[in-house]
Amino acid sequence: MDHLTCEDAEVTNPEPSTSNPAPKAANNAAQSDPAIVVENLVRTFDDFTAVDGVSFQVEAGELFGFLGPNGAGKTTTISILCTLLGLSGGSARVAGYDVTTQRDDVRRNIGLVFQEITLDDYLTAAENLRFHGILYGIAPSEVKARMDPLLEMVGLSDRADQQVRFFSGGMKRRLEIARGLLHMPRVLFLDEPTIGLDPQTRIHIWDYVDELRARENVTMFLTTHYMDEAERCDRIGIIDQGKIVAIDTPAALKASVGADIITLITADDPAARAELEAGLGIDVEETPDGLVIRVVDGEAFVPRIFSTLKVGVRSINVRRPSLDDVFLKYTGRALRDADSSGGLAANPMVRAFRR
Amino acid sequence: MTAVANPIPAAAPTAHIKPPAGKLLRNVRTIRMIWFRELIRLRRMPTRIISSIAQPIIFLLVMGAGIGSLVGDKGAGGVSYQVYIFPGILAMSIITSSLFSAMSIVWDREFGFLREMLVAPVSRGSLVLGKAIGGGSVSVAQGLLLIVFAPLVGVHLTVPRVLGLIIALLLLAFALSSLGIVISSRIQRMESFQMVMALVMQPMIFLSGAVFPLTSLPTWLAVLTRLNPATYGVDLCRRILIPQAAPLTLFGNPVPMWADAAIILFLGAAMLGLGIRLFANAE
Repeated sequence: MDHLTCEDAEVTNPEPSTSNPAPKAANNAAQSDPAIVVENLVRTFDDFTAVDGVSFQVEAGELFGFLGPNGAGKTTTISILCTLLGLSGGSARVAGYDVTTQRDDVRRNIGLVFQEITLDDYLTAAENLRFHGILYGIAPSEVKARMDPLLEMVGLSDRADQQVRFFSGGMKRRLEIARGLLHMPRVLFLDEPTIGLDPQTRIHIWDYVDELRARENVTMFLTTHYMDEAERCDRIGIIDQGKIVAIDTPAALKASVGADIITLITADDPAARAELEAGLGIDVEETPDGLVIRVVDGEAFVPRIFSTLKVGVRSINVRRPSLDDVFLKYTGRALRDADSSGGLAANPMVRAFRR
Repeated sequence: MTAVANPIPAAAPTAHIKPPAGKLLRNVRTIRMIWFRELIRLRRMPTRIISSIAQPIIFLLVMGAGIGSLVGDKGAGGVSYQVYIFPGILAMSIITSSLFSAMSIVWDREFGFLREMLVAPVSRGSLVLGKAIGGGSVSVAQGLLLIVFAPLVGVHLTVPRVLGLIIALLLLAFALSSLGIVISSRIQRMESFQMVMALVMQPMIFLSGAVFPLTSLPTWLAVLTRLNPATYGVDLCRRILIPQAAPLTLFGNPVPMWADAAIILFLGAAMLGLGIRLFANAE
């Protein structure tokens, strides 16, 4: 089986250590069992393999992010974990239950915030929450007691009795987050929760997420293709073409890229390159953006560049590696380039639901 | 650990337990909620009510008067043609609105709400049953609006007749909503739903005896009408409102009214069962 071998390769990947403990996980001894355990997960659609032997664990209380371009298998994986989609191979357990044999137990213990809005437009905010409460077996009398603080948290208390079709996109998303928490899930799945929202609303939603994490021991599983959102996660899995190519804390991933990045623009790049390589014994890369040097302590290295170079320097820039660099390193592409190749139509989940 | 100071009631990890409601209660509440949701949505989309009763009214008044002047009282069991088709028009409005009530499933699929329901820990059966009851009761409510036209065309109403009619319409609506659910379980887009529905609806209305008597038809046509579930509903409604009307015959024998009801109920239950199976296998 193909995916078995590729899985082995991932586990033995020496650079980002998979044993790195999640910071939040240690907080709660009572929930020490992992919230999500995925082993060798495979999902194929006809001749297309959307998820190709994925394995990972998410600890209880952790904020785990799936980072990757559209069509990388993020939504397919999340749909399998939510029992919305069957799997073709491997296994997955969520909140301790198997997603294929214990569907109802999984469903009771998870909350979902999808990419697309799944509210009923013609019901009010309160009616949507009440409906959800009934679906999850919460006594009608209890729904109100849980609903009010949640509506307050997402800033919709005064809109409770308004029909959802009059809401803005951001308000709908906030209502969805409140709804996803109404039945006290152990794991909250957020599939691109801020896609298509304006920057201000994105910040608001992240404030809620942070607040939630401070208050409750909810495990969060997030998919995103925004780097700044991935930065907030305890750990990130980078997924590309159905495979996890790296998994670790954002800091460790960035460290695995190695050194700081110095970009240098000179009057004569090839000459400057020769001088630096001869004088300092370092590797210099020529790129369209200028010369790129990777060294451990970039700022301390700058004076040595100036003392070595005779060619005139026009500009110099030192920066720490970003998740973009991490993505580039593990997939060989920038996230932006990877994204443009697979639009919504290429997303197998969209195809699956429209089938 | 933050439970004490926390205004949100979900703080303690031990709060994540099985829901307090038992399985049966949860499913019964779900059915009721889905049913109420259909009623709430109907109330908030009043144009739907108007468009659903406009067509039957046109049939009743225009066709009733027009064809009525052609056929007179002959062949309509001694009553005027408008009286004769009135029960048929009632049934016709049920056929239209029940089949179209399943559009809300396709609608929910397009707008994502179906996923909210499908990922919930409730049985597919209660989701489908809730839709069938909801769609059925909405279309009966719309059908009953037409009753105000009864005195206008000369149909005599009594309390027992109206009560009997409500039961007959409920049965028919339940059966046809279930048929609509079966169709919608395999249809993803609104446009295709409307096309399929038009193909199903027209023959179902014209082969039901709603607008012409089913006596002395050519054999192939007679066979088709007897295969149509709506035929038994039309017959039931007509015999409730017009006691002297000739009963439907099956293999040459008159069908008793209870058998009409039983046949509709059986077909409805079969459709519902099929609908549940299709939804269980769907996503």
